Amino acid sequence: MDKSGKAYWNAVLKLIASVLAVWFFVSFGCGILFAPALNAFSIGGYPLGFWFAQQGSMYIFVILIFVYAKLMQNLDEKFDVHEE
Amino acid sequence: MTLQTMTYLVVGATFALYIGIAIWARAGSTSEFYVAGGGVHPVLNGMATGADWMSAASFISMAGLIANMGYGGALFLMGWTGGYVLLAMLLAPYLRKFGKYTVPQFIGDRFYSQAASCVAVICLLAASLTYIIGQMTGVGVAFSRFLGVSNHTGVFIGMAIVFMYAVFGGMKGITYTQVAQYCVLILAYTIPAIFISMTLTGNPLPQLGLGGNFVGTDMTLLGKLDQVVMDLGFPHYTTMTRISTLNMFVYTMSLMIGTAGLPHVIMRFFTVPKVKDARASAGWALVFIAILYTTAPAVAAMARLNLHASVNKAVKQSYATDEARTAAMFAEENSIRYDERPNWMKRWEVTGLLKFEDKNGDGRIQYYNDKNTPAAAEAAGWKGSELSVNRDIMVLANPEIARLPNWVIALVAAGGLAAALSTAAGLLLAISSAISHDLFKNIFMPDLSEKGELMTGKIAMACSIVVAGYLGLNPPDFAAGTVAIAFGLAASSIFPALMMGIFNKKMNKEGAMAGMLAGLGVTMIYVFAHKGLFFIKGTEFLGLFGGKANFFLGIEPNAFGAIGALVNFGVAYVVSKITPECPEHIQHMVENVRTPRGAKAVDGTHAH
Repeated sequence: MDKSGKAYWNAVLKLIASVLAVWFFVSFGCGILFAPALNAFSIGGYPLGFWFAQQGSMYIFVILIFVYAKLMQNLDEKFDVHEE
Repeated sequence: MTLQTMTYLVVGATFALYIGIAIWARAGSTSEFYVAGGGVHPVLNGMATGADWMSAASFISMAGLIANMGYGGALFLMGWTGGYVLLAMLLAPYLRKFGKYTVPQFIGDRFYSQAASCVAVICLLAASLTYIIGQMTGVGVAFSRFLGVSNHTGVFIGMAIVFMYAVFGGMKGITYTQVAQYCVLILAYTIPAIFISMTLTGNPLPQLGLGGNFVGTDMTLLGKLDQVVMDLGFPHYTTMTRISTLNMFVYTMSLMIGTAGLPHVIMRFFTVPKVKDARASAGWALVFIAILYTTAPAVAAMARLNLHASVNKAVKQSYATDEARTAAMFAEENSIRYDERPNWMKRWEVTGLLKFEDKNGDGRIQYYNDKNTPAAAEAAGWKGSELSVNRDIMVLANPEIARLPNWVIALVAAGGLAAALSTAAGLLLAISSAISHDLFKNIFMPDLSEKGELMTGKIAMACSIVVAGYLGLNPPDFAAGTVAIAFGLAASSIFPALMMGIFNKKMNKEGAMAGMLAGLGVTMIYVFAHKGLFFIKGTEFLGLFGGKANFFLGIEPNAFGAIGALVNFGVAYVVSKITPECPEHIQHMVENVRTPRGAKAVDGTHAH
């Protein structure tokens, strides 16, 4: 396996890009752009688009950070650049 | 016990707690003054960041604005939480690895130039000062209600207290007091929300209650609220956007990247022991922030419903048909008589933030949207909305409107003050370190003693409080709106520079400086054109741009930071292509920053 700094950095960028894609989809996507369409459905008494904008996206943000922190730690160890 | 005595007691007790902790952990050397010696646990650091972050804007002002903006208010919720995802991934771990105290130091070293560091100080001061103006507005609201004085007197008293508070201790004092402040403010925010959610929906969890049914009916609370506001001529609560979809998109983006560019928040991540902890710390901070932020929409919607219900007796009733309901909403006897108004209105009238004017002379209060007068209102002889309620008072007045016990009202006052003071203190610290450390010690007076540095920092704090207090008397917007402008300034200047510093190793000093100045410049021009030069009323210059507000694609000034950031990235890229390339050793340094191994404790020196 390629363990160079370059390969590590590419893996990091890939991870960041995938987390950002989810981040963008739930907030700007479901919370703003698709909100009017999603409001046709409902979740727990909320119109769905409204829920994403005022509740759901925030829960997902929290989960995203912890998932990112865990995956980064795995990457650091895999490429042997983690802190001693 | 009267409400006033109870309020003094609770506020006094919480202050005694903070000061006690500050004395216990009093700052000594400069290293401790700035970053508490670098040894704070991620969970505690997360709580302290939460307190630092959730200011008067989040606590006092935000839910009131959401109550007014409905669905569109989500831009504050998503904007001020989503930024943490960016912070955790794009900045925090790398800045921690870099191992310096302050943002201007990072910029100065990464862009191998003191001039770049100076530009960063200017950007930081612009954003932080604007932010403090918003805090002062909030502090004024809290103190005026708490002491029963006018709003202006409230701002003056707030200035004095913030000054004593911030000058007293450094970050170490502040880190532990902020953990205590977090606990006070989160209790103060959630307890009344639980009470109110219980009364209105029977569900004690506000996050679920907001989706629940209005008690005694099979209609959802949000459905009920939509109906009430529509009847009174206001826009549909659950679908009203903020100006336009584009504006809402840009506004949210501006707040998100502003979050990741605000120096007093970034500084927090210098205080954790390891790079790994910097990532987790952002997550913990967001957990503690989200507890308040997911409660806020419930507070907003429920406060709005209660506000209408407190002046119109028909609001909470059920009617068999739409006609019967509309008839009741506009029936004379259902608008309450002014001389029978509830006590909370009397208390807020003292502050000047709630006003009643009997436009049709019937001695009753009619509150509706007179910009879109419903036909039934006209028929009932209503001559304009007679109640004006400053949006910033909604959260503090909320427990009073809902007739909650006195201790809850007192607790909310204590929470509001905790929120405002903790953030003001964190910001003042960022300002004082930028001026004393980054400007004086590192550029103008390298032989400044440690003592002299501390003194310079304190003088800088005092000056900022006076300026912010003065502008806070006539604020450019509601507290949360002013704070949003501060985020725009950070978004357009600091965030792109930090991003490019880490993710583009070829970015050179010329590009970074030109980018920061261009981004900050266009954002300031757009904001000042709407809000007055340096926020001084009467100096607006919209005329230069055709005189129409929101002239750029209908985007409001509070949201312009995201556009400024685009300008920043663009200018920086172009300039870096036509100027000398970034030196080899700096490119190596950037590569080194990208891996966690070898992170050292922070130190305050410059590399050159």
